Amino acid sequence: MMNGAVQKSVIPPPSTKKSIWKKLWDQKYLMLMSIPVLLYVMLFNYYPLWGWRYAFQNLDLTTIKKGADWIGLGNFQWLFNEKLFWLGFRNTLAMSLINLVFGTTASILLAILLNEVRSRAFKRTVQTVTYLPHFLSMVIVVGMAQNMFITDGPINRMLMSIGLIDSPVWWLGEGKYFWWLVGIINVWKEVGWNSIIYISTMTSIDPTLYEAAAIDGAGRFQRILNVTLPGIKATFVVLLIMNIGHLMEAGFEIQYLLGNKQVYDFSQTLDVFVLEFGIQNNKYGRAIAAGMFKSVVGIILLFGANFVAKKMDEETLL
Amino acid sequence: MTVLNRKKRKPQDRDIVFPIVNGLILCVLMFVTLFPVINTVAISFNDGIDAVRGGIGLWPRVFSVEAYKSLLSDKLTYNAFGISVARTVITTVLNLFFTSMLAFALSRKEYIFRKFITLAVVLTMYVNAGLIPNFLLIHRTLKLSKTFWVYIIPTMFSCFNMIVIRTYIIGLPEALAESARIDGANDLRIFWQIIFPLCTPVLATVALFVAVGSWNQWFDTQLYCGSKKYLHTLQYLLKMKLATSMNTTNMANTSVDALANAGATKSTPVTVRCAITVVSALPILLVYPFLQRYFVTGMVLGGVKG
Repeated sequence: MMNGAVQKSVIPPPSTKKSIWKKLWDQKYLMLMSIPVLLYVMLFNYYPLWGWRYAFQNLDLTTIKKGADWIGLGNFQWLFNEKLFWLGFRNTLAMSLINLVFGTTASILLAILLNEVRSRAFKRTVQTVTYLPHFLSMVIVVGMAQNMFITDGPINRMLMSIGLIDSPVWWLGEGKYFWWLVGIINVWKEVGWNSIIYISTMTSIDPTLYEAAAIDGAGRFQRILNVTLPGIKATFVVLLIMNIGHLMEAGFEIQYLLGNKQVYDFSQTLDVFVLEFGIQNNKYGRAIAAGMFKSVVGIILLFGANFVAKKMDEETLL
Repeated sequence: MTVLNRKKRKPQDRDIVFPIVNGLILCVLMFVTLFPVINTVAISFNDGIDAVRGGIGLWPRVFSVEAYKSLLSDKLTYNAFGISVARTVITTVLNLFFTSMLAFALSRKEYIFRKFITLAVVLTMYVNAGLIPNFLLIHRTLKLSKTFWVYIIPTMFSCFNMIVIRTYIIGLPEALAESARIDGANDLRIFWQIIFPLCTPVLATVALFVAVGSWNQWFDTQLYCGSKKYLHTLQYLLKMKLATSMNTTNMANTSVDALANAGATKSTPVTVRCAITVVSALPILLVYPFLQRYFVTGMVLGGVKG
């Protein structure tokens, strides 16, 4: 015992080395708890990235057994000449932007309105009701949307009774409405949920700021404009960066479920494109190339937005 | 603005008008949120042929439970319900177990691999290989297609939830774990007997997220188990009904007369679809109001920066 203590003080290098091993041994249970999960993440999140090599091979159902050939950028060349790919690109961007603008505006507005409510019970009720659609599956939501927007459904009846339209509109079957329909449905589903983060930011604003503003003669709207909105700016910027990183993810479920032959030119997104070419036509190489393009553009957008925010001296994500 | 200026003479007026207008707007919002839900319930309890005429609001026009009868007379409905429940329960338990375990390990500041593993796991939130590579992994490499396990194995861990739980654990008093350590407890015991029970609120949140995600999933059924009828989930049954009604109702209005002539059945695709919607949404509607107080804190904990 004493001998060991003396050794420790005399020759430090082996002792520190030993302490690393000892440290590892001491943390064996932490490793036991974390390394299996790390391996799981490696398999399900990192190993598929290795599949990106197929983007440079002519992989499909026939070549997958005997091994596909490397064809360089052939898949990308095909992709960039494919009309359907650019159609999907356009629709993805359009619906993402509509979601971003309307979704963000609506949830900030809702948060402001809720923040002004004095009655806790009423606030709670509104929150419980507006969070609800977030928990419904997209299949259910699209089914409900169909009930609403069908030719002789409640929306057409209401619009006709207040005289905005003369005859029923075929909302679900005309391409020009599709993007906006998706926007409306997404706002309906997520506005309450997305307002949570803004509400919690607003409740953390220092109340003395409001009092000071009131003493200075600021009315309710001026207080919202000059205290509430600056208070949520940091949250807004961080969420904006994240959303810009997700611009390539317009969603897949809603377009796939709500879309049909009549509106295909407006409903087909990049994800639907990947599904149709990859799974239904088994053109794995081409579909992976499209998916890879999507992911890479998404990462570039994320870093780009983060970079711009940094330049503008705003709160950043990364 | 002019309106506001005119009211300046009586400042107390403004403080009555705004809350009323605000309350009205929020009430309209609640109505808009609830209308489609109640409407779907109303259609599901309506006579099938009558429902095709449209115009049902918040209450059934011709009350009938035929849609539920036809739904409940089909063995596949019970089977799908069972599969949905099984996948939800098993996924939630396993996911909670693995996610909270990693969250605990990564909350220990002394842990050597903490930074490395945290980075490796958080990066997965931003980099996603995409549909096809994942499909090839699950379908070809792991051969999970057409088995029940395809619902479980790929969803046993979630990064976002890990961060939520980890943030919560870091917020717990350090002294709790420390005193247990002095008493000779190892990390496993500290986790199971001290930290895990203290995490109930955040675990309830995460359980809700995971359970809802698993219950609402339909795409994995379509991708991997479409041909196996006994592996179909409720959501997938609904998805198939939705696809057919999308095609038929969208062409033109289904002819009421044709349906009436064909007519021994009192349930139509529309009412049956609404009935499945109600059945598949019911568990969520029943559970969710009780968990609301938990998930809001969970969302805030997860924060935006993670």
